This record gives sequence, structure tokens and C-alpha cells, in this order.
Amino acid sequence: MEQHAVEQHGKAEPTGLDVIVTTMASDSHTWNLVFLQLLLEELGHRVTNLGACVPDELLVAECCRIEPDLIVLSSVNGHGFHDGLRVVEALRACPELAGTPTVIGGKLGISGSGTPARQRALLTAGFDGVFEEGGSVLDFQSFVGSLPAGSGSRALTAGSGVLL
Amino acid sequence: MTGGPAGAAPPAPTILPGGLPAGLPGAGAVPASGFGAFVARARAAGVLVVQPRMGMADPLRMRDGLRATRDADAVTVGTVTLDSYTRTGDLDAARRALAEGVGLNGYPIATHCADTTRTVLQGVMDARFPVQVRHGSAMPEHIVRALLAVGLDATEGGPVSYCLPYSRTPLREAVTAWRRSCELLASMREYGSEPHLETFGGCLMGQLCPPSLLIAVSVLEALFFRQHGLTSVSLSYAQQADPRQDEEALTVLARLAGELLPDVDHHVVLYAYMGVFPRSPGGARLLLEDAARLAVRAGAARLIVKTTAEAHRIPTVGENVRALETAAAAAADERARPALSAVPRACGPGTAATAAATAAATAAATAATTAAATAVAVVPDTGIEAEARALIGAVLELDTDVGRALVRAFAAGYLDVPYCLHPDNAGRARTSLAPDGRLLWSSVGSMPIAGLAADGPRPPILGSAGLISALSHVQRTYDDRAADPSAPTATAEVTAAACPPRPHLPQCRTDPPRPPEPPRTPVPPRTTSTPRRELGPTTP
Repeated sequence: MEQHAVEQHGKAEPTGLDVIVTTMASDSHTWNLVFLQLLLEELGHRVTNLGACVPDELLVAECCRIEPDLIVLSSVNGHGFHDGLRVVEALRACPELAGTPTVIGGKLGISGSGTPARQRALLTAGFDGVFEEGGSVLDFQSFVGSLPAGSGSRALTAGSGVLL
Repeated sequence: MTGGPAGAAPPAPTILPGGLPAGLPGAGAVPASGFGAFVARARAAGVLVVQPRMGMADPLRMRDGLRATRDADAVTVGTVTLDSYTRTGDLDAARRALAEGVGLNGYPIATHCADTTRTVLQGVMDARFPVQVRHGSAMPEHIVRALLAVGLDATEGGPVSYCLPYSRTPLREAVTAWRRSCELLASMREYGSEPHLETFGGCLMGQLCPPSLLIAVSVLEALFFRQHGLTSVSLSYAQQADPRQDEEALTVLARLAGELLPDVDHHVVLYAYMGVFPRSPGGARLLLEDAARLAVRAGAARLIVKTTAEAHRIPTVGENVRALETAAAAAADERARPALSAVPRACGPGTAATAAATAAATAAATAATTAAATAVAVVPDTGIEAEARALIGAVLELDTDVGRALVRAFAAGYLDVPYCLHPDNAGRARTSLAPDGRLLWSSVGSMPIAGLAADGPRPPILGSAGLISALSHVQRTYDDRAADPSAPTATAEVTAAACPPRPHLPQCRTDPPRPPEPPRTPVPPRTTSTPRRELGPTTP
């Protein structure tokens, strides 16, 4: 499907990553997605932004088609934890995406900031990083900075404790 | 005091005179009954109608909420806000949630049986207390059928405003669904009722959209409604970050509505701020009071309130009632103030009557043209009207069918909602926030408005840090005001893009070198214009 909504901000660098920024089916908020796109583009990466209310099938299909270096799931409607567990399972079931660095962040539960148990559950389910409300965006940036372009490798140190 | 204006004992209507010139809002074809008639009567009496956003899954709680709204010390209309499953047409999920007792974030009007909803409304809704359904659906036919079946005939939305910001529905499909929905609503006129439809086009993404585009979409959606049979409509506009800009915008909206909808009952409805809301109860209250004062000064007939819980969760009925009463009190206070004040006053239903009401109460009878000429001197013209006229004109040129014209306009980029990610939106327009809160275009994309506003050089495109700062400008300003009442109302903040982080609320920085301490950033706002589909407290 066509995705073109926000023009490139900043200059993509040759070493930049191809990143998919997305939310999940139940979440129609998009300011968080706009912010993440700007942030990643300022860091020299190329972003495909899937926009609001992305159905699971579309999310997986787009990720399989683009084969990005990084998938960033952001959700702020409080359903991100449950939706994220479901979506990461579908992503990991896709052979092309079994090793693609994939992180989740935002406001993932309906009450307050994240708990260590919630983070562990998400990491166990297949995420490489969990970045919840109240943390530092620098942790996310340093996580992204640690990724080699085009690697598709999961030789990563799991990140946690920040927000998108 | 109950909801009817008859019992409201309004203060002396110093600003809203009777005897409106023909062609001004409310002057044409005021229906005898229904939602539009109620608001018209309140306006004639010089009282601002206030309305909550409120929806509970449980019929008894919904009924209690409506009664509490009706019984508030204010002139009110009731709201039934629908849940997110009903909004998206997932009625199986709504049914399951009801059966399993899982919390829904609104009233599932298409799932409860019609008799249940009739019982909710019986003895509460009447000519003195109309009720409107608010939903947020891009494809609302099932909602319109359900509300008509229980005797309701007032709702809101629009083919653009409930499609682009919140859904993935292609605009063309939303236009078709909204056309059918309008025709369904309008068909009720055969049975003697006067259905009412409100545009949501004055909100769009909730914040960071300059007024001219909000006005244009609101007017175009109202024209769409009229084309498909509605004869009673309201045009929305959402409070932004600078009261002077908002006053000018509301003035322009009312003027254009008067010109373009002369044969249709219509009024302007103001939404209290739809963006990231102040966290503090004091800040939230100040922002709501400013909205109510703005509505009075600029001649809006109705205000949809926000509560002190807005930044945190879905409000309780009690919080909603307090917000209604706070807004009504602020409106009455504003109306009672001497006509001349420090802030240039745009007032009068049409707003074209602004200067007239300011200068002399008797001037209400002034011809609209004369009043319009003087209004310019009172509310500075920064080009909002020229831009709005250019946008509306460019769209209407494309096709005599407003719906097709809207689809073609978005395809051509003649309309382009800043920061909207929908695939049918061109996505080239960008905006910025001036230090005083004025919204400015950083880029107009292909919209035919280049050079029309007197804003000087365009501000730079916002980066990520600037975006976060701009999105939270109102929250920061009002929380500061609440914490320090002596603080100036218009903050002296530097434009976000150029501004260092404020010490007490650092912004994320992305450009090297990195700051020594990891700054903490707010979540990119959860509180946006998004309808209450899940937990987001901001609702249609």
C-alpha cells in the first residue's frame, strides 16, 4: 500500500537503517508515530510510516515486503502490551523477520508506567527492546545506534527502560 | 436549574442581541423543534449552551449521566458518546464485551436493543433537553440507523474529519458512507423532525492545524451535509493556542457560514482545546474558562467542554458536571463584562456584528456589510479569511458535487492536513507555533494559499524536539499559569524549534552533542484529537 505521508526530514545517510514505524490495529493515535519518524530521520535513517490502526496482516505483510533493518512499534492507547505480544509472535513466525530487530514503546498498559514483569514478558515474547513512558529517549537512540545497517541480525543486547 | 433556556435566567444579553440581520447564523430557517432550534433559542436569549462528552456502556449509568447533565447549573444539551467497537463497526466485539462485562469506553447504541435505549432517554430527553450522539466513525451508517430507531436525530462527524485523522478507510469510501448517512438522517424530515448534524472538521488532528484549514474543512463538510438534505447544521472549531487567533478564526467561520449556508439553520460550536491537556486541575480549569470566554466574545452558540481529568483518564459524571458549570459561569462572567476590554472583542452572532456590539448595543441592527467593515478594525485580519476563502473556492471549483470535490481536492493536495498520515492525504503541509501560540504555516504544500497570510517569512519545519515542544505548548502554558497566577497569559517561549529545553520540563534532544543528562521526554501525546476509541480521553 501507498505510504508517503510525511516527507523525509533530515538527510538519510548511506549507513542509515531502513526502519518501519507503526502502531497496532486498535490504536488510532499518530502524533507518536510522527515524532518517531522525525527523530529517526534526524539520525540519518530512512523511515516507512504505516500510520494509524494498522491491522496485523498489513503490518506483517509490509514488514515482509520491505525487510527493514528495524521495526518500531509504538502504542499509546493502553492496549500495547496485549497487542504487542500478539503482533511480535506473528512477526517472528515470518522467516524473513525472525531476526529483524524489533522494539516496542509508548504507553503500553492502562495504568501507569511499565513494570519489570511486563518488560520481561515482552522481551521473552520476541522484542529486542522495550521503551516505556517515563524513560529517556536517549536509551532508544543508543539502541538504534548500536544496530548495523542491513544486518538483520539479532546479535543485540536487549534494551529497556525508556519510552518512545 | 434545568436545561431549558427558559429557566436559565440569563444575564442581560449585552453581546448577543436579537434582531439578527438576515444571512447571519441562525437567521435563516430556524426550525421549530429539535437540536438546532434549542440552540437557536438559547442564543436568542443570550446564553451559551454547554455540552459534555459522555458515554457509558451501562444503560442505567448512561441515563444517570444524562440526567446529571440536564440538571447541571447551566444551559446544557446531552451527549451519548459511543464506544470504539461501535465506532469501527465491530459490533461482534461490542456484543462480546457487553456479554462478558468487559468495560466499554462508550455507549454501544447499535448493540443494546432499541427499547433499552428508549428507556435510557425516556423522561430525560425532550424539547428542553436535546441529546446528540457523538461517535468518531468514518463509516457511520449503522450508527445513524441505530440512533434514528430510538428517536434521536442529532449527531456529528464528517466525511473528511472522521476519515483522515483516525482511520485507514479510503476517503472515497468515507464520502460514500457519509452521503448515505446524511440522506438517512434527512429522510426523517418527512416525519416532522428536524435532524441536526455537526461538522467535526474544525478539529482534524486536534492541534497544530492552522485555523484557515479548520474553517475550510468545517464549511465544506457543512456544504456536503446540506447537499445531501440536511437543513440544520453546526460548524465546529477547536480552541487552539492563541485566543486572538481563535477569535479571528471564529469570526471568519461565522461569516463564511452566513454567506454559504444562508438557507440552512446553523450555528458555530467551539470545542474546548483538543490537544495535549494541562495536567493540573487548575491549568485545565483555566483553559476551559478561556474557551468559554472565547465562545462568548466570538459569538459561538455552543461549547463542548473538557474536564480536569482530561490529561489522565475518561472523566466521571461529576467531573463533567463541574466542567459544564465552570464553563457556564465563565461565559456568564464574560458576557457581563463591559463591552470594551483589553482584549479586542469579536462578538455578536455573525461576528460581523462585532464592532457593532462593542461600540454600542443599538448597533446590532447595523447592516451586515457595515458591521463587517468595522469588525476588521476590531479583530485584526491576519489573513485567515483570505486563506479559508481560497481553500473553499479551490475545492468547490473542482466539482459541483461536494463529496467528489473533496476527494479530488485531497488527491491534488489543495487540501493537505499537516502531520496526517492517512494515505489519501498529501502530507506536504507543515506548521509551527509562534512564541505567542499563533499557528503558522511552515509549508503549505500544494494548497492555494501561498502568500495570503501576513506572517512574514515562514518558520522552519519542526524537528522531533520542536514537535514535542509545540504539541505540549498549551499544557505547559496553562500548568504554569495555574502554578503561578501572576505569570503572563501569553508566554514568552521561544519557538520550539529554536528553543532550549525548559529546565523543569526538558525536551528530548536529538542533535549531537548530546546533553550531559539523559532528558526525559513526555510520551508523544496520547491526548490528541483522537476519538475515544480505547483509553484516549479525547473524544469526538
